[in-house]
Amino acid sequence: MARLILEDVCKSFHGEPVVKGLNLTIEAGEFVALLGPSGCGKSTILRMLAGFEPVTDGTISHGEHCLSSAKQHVATEDRNFGMVFQSYALWPHMSVKDNVGYPLKIQKIHSDERNKRIQEALEIVQLEDYADRLPAQLSGGQRQRVALARSLVTEPDVVLFDEPLANLDRHLRAKMEDTFRAFHKRTGATIVYVTHDQSEAMSLADRIAVLNKGELVQWGTPQALYATPKNTWLANFIGRGSVLRVSEIAPQQYVNSTDLHGLIERYSSEGAFSSVLVRPQDIHFVSVDGLSIPVTVDNCIFRGERYDIGLTLKDGQQVLTYSDVPMTTNSLHYIRLEQAWSLESES
Amino acid sequence: MTSSLIKARFVDGPSMDNQLRWLSIGLFILITALSVVPSLRLLMEALSQVTLSTSSPLAEVLRSERTWIALKNSFYTSGLGTLIAVLLGCGFAFVTTLTNIRGRAIWVFCFMLPMMIPPQVTALSWLQLFGPASPILNTLGMAPALGSPQPMYSAEGIALLLGIQSAPLVYLALRTQLIALPQDLMEAAQLANASPFRVWIDIIVPLCRSAIVAGAALAFVSSLGNFGIPAMLGIPAGYIVLPTLIYQKMAGFGNDMLSQVAGLSMMIALLVLAGMLLQQWLQQRSRYALLGHTAQSISFRLERWRLPLEVLLALILCFILVAPLLALVVSSLVPALGMSLTADTITLSAFYEMISRQGVTSRAFENSLLLAFSCALVLMLVSLPLGYLLMRLPMRTRAVIASLIEVPYAIPGIVLAIAFILLFAKPLPFIEVSLYGTLGIIFLAYLSCFLSVCLKPVLSAMSQLDPALEEAAQLAGARPIKRLIDIILPLTAPAFFAGGLLVFLISINELTVSALLWSAGNETLGVLIFNLDESGDSVLASAIAVLVVILVAGLMALLSLVAPRLPKGVIPWHD
Repeated sequence: MARLILEDVCKSFHGEPVVKGLNLTIEAGEFVALLGPSGCGKSTILRMLAGFEPVTDGTISHGEHCLSSAKQHVATEDRNFGMVFQSYALWPHMSVKDNVGYPLKIQKIHSDERNKRIQEALEIVQLEDYADRLPAQLSGGQRQRVALARSLVTEPDVVLFDEPLANLDRHLRAKMEDTFRAFHKRTGATIVYVTHDQSEAMSLADRIAVLNKGELVQWGTPQALYATPKNTWLANFIGRGSVLRVSEIAPQQYVNSTDLHGLIERYSSEGAFSSVLVRPQDIHFVSVDGLSIPVTVDNCIFRGERYDIGLTLKDGQQVLTYSDVPMTTNSLHYIRLEQAWSLESES
Repeated sequence: MTSSLIKARFVDGPSMDNQLRWLSIGLFILITALSVVPSLRLLMEALSQVTLSTSSPLAEVLRSERTWIALKNSFYTSGLGTLIAVLLGCGFAFVTTLTNIRGRAIWVFCFMLPMMIPPQVTALSWLQLFGPASPILNTLGMAPALGSPQPMYSAEGIALLLGIQSAPLVYLALRTQLIALPQDLMEAAQLANASPFRVWIDIIVPLCRSAIVAGAALAFVSSLGNFGIPAMLGIPAGYIVLPTLIYQKMAGFGNDMLSQVAGLSMMIALLVLAGMLLQQWLQQRSRYALLGHTAQSISFRLERWRLPLEVLLALILCFILVAPLLALVVSSLVPALGMSLTADTITLSAFYEMISRQGVTSRAFENSLLLAFSCALVLMLVSLPLGYLLMRLPMRTRAVIASLIEVPYAIPGIVLAIAFILLFAKPLPFIEVSLYGTLGIIFLAYLSCFLSVCLKPVLSAMSQLDPALEEAAQLAGARPIKRLIDIILPLTAPAFFAGGLLVFLISINELTVSALLWSAGNETLGVLIFNLDESGDSVLASAIAVLVVILVAGLMALLSLVAPRLPKGVIPWHD
């Protein structure tokens, strides 16, 4: 087991930069998610890790070994990586058993040993009874589990996941997330997991790399990303909340209630401004006396366990909060903002 | 440019695998040898003796009156033939694709058959249908008086058959487009209260214009290069077109013969090129992007017009397919031309004669089978790695190479044959073996000609494969050749067999190339029928032709059987 290191990795297609100077160190056994909107370069990074794409510049190394650089390239075949594809990529002409056993067959492992390991892999994904079926006879979730078994059968150093849940329905996703979590716990393999779904990334990964337009925006635990996002783009991308323009303040710090109300008070649309993130649960309805600002209710949407309330401040900015009871649109109320996190402006 | 691109992508890339490198180099040499060299050699010969003097071979060709007559005749017959092809092809395409007519698969199969039947057989069967010696007219007692002219020996006769032969090309081009038209386009027009006729005129026809133009250009180009029909119908009447002029010049040896023939070939090649360019230009002017795709394509309900339309289709098919084939069968069963077929005269002696007595028949069958089989086999083996490598190239490079491969198929067979004669007239350097006058030269010419026929279904199957399937094998540690055998081959196997069968089907009765390249002992089936007819043995020729038609229809039926397992569009006559 060794750490996976990306140093200044760049990739361009026909002169168009897709990944710009990426630095990441992924510890052995870590579950890492690459998260970002489509076109942010996350799949390209995964394909470079797998060795399908050479790097344009920089190096990818695994422990002491250089896997990819501008001069050197270890072929995919020689990397001992596993991968789970969005389209499952099961070979339709082979049975479940043959699909899972193919990597072992390539390694010329004796058939007794091979059958034993196929059996073990299928047990992990609970598909022992389906060994002789063809992929076409399986459901979507079962196919993805076969793909998972195939990726782990050679005990790879690193397993790559390329949006593995994108083709599954919502109910099945939750179940597969459990399977992935159990898989990681049992194998202890390093996992790099690409997704555009933040809740998937948050619930699975130890650490998340958020990417936008080919650049790393922030690299940290899910909790850190949620509580202390770096800039306005990330604040809008992760979790629910409102980005408010307020009078100038240094970025990357918590703002308490009193200071925040003062900042809002002093903000004018002509002068310089900063942005702060206010999470919905940090907004409370209060009576007019004490620290408060007036708002009108813009909309009220039923979400089951609670209502989403859209509020308009007197300068026209909008904030989101929750309420246990429905509220009449255009009614006047007073709120207190308990805390906020100040953001860098988007570069 | 191409070679440097290939080099940049394959040879210098850091991800280049050793196996892949050798594969690409080998295939690059093969494509060059099969596709590029013949065309270049022809160009060299045609231009080699261009001098300002009036006695150079090219000047002589240009000065000769026969050249210009043949050119004019070629234009007339191909133009008229294209018109007929467009009328027939469009009519059939609109009716069989857009309406709820019954037995669609059978109509399509029958309409495609003329394209697959070799032209000399088509010509022979029509000759048996008309004229004073027609066995079928004699049997029916309708034969014109002896001495009256054979109506097929005319420019219009040639044009009619060229039209029938190339109508399926128009049909295919239009049909592909019609299938892609989404149903909601028609529904939107109907909601605007347009009658079915208005929908057809205002919506469907304009959207299909580029497909019709493409089909017409294809029909014109293929008619220009057709040798079998003008050879069988034109030569007896002294009516020459460019391909038959080349054939006659080849037969009549003489000074500078090869250079003159090369010049004429270049002329056809340039005409074909001009036709292709015109087609691309016209197509680009009238191409629309189709938005809003729905799974269902447009279809009209015919109701009370259905039966009359079906009867009309049946009548047309009777005229262009059933009657001539029937005439052919009848001719093969009478003892001699001019006799009528009755219970007393019916005889299988022509078949008996051809199969057991004439050594040339079994030899021709053997030669054609050997050629077709080995050609199909070699091309199947080549298209696996070739298709695989092409798919790995960037789109633009792939397009360039694919069009290079397409060149020998697009240029008329007669031109290709000349190119091969020029290439192999002298013994090969170093090994001092002469291919000229052997089956080997025909074999090579076929490889060059039909590579794209075999490659097309393979490429379409490979482009429909999810690239992740191969990447998964790569992660499993499989090297390129292993991946090719374990993953790609099993998944595209039906397309390979379809490609191979198509090559077999086309090459088993090929005439144009072998007409110029054959030699005694190396006859092919196409040449045999042609020679028998030329020497007046129409009954014997008919017998062979009947066997050929049975073979063709059988192979087509076989392809139809495997069609459900193939990617869409691989078998032209199947949905």
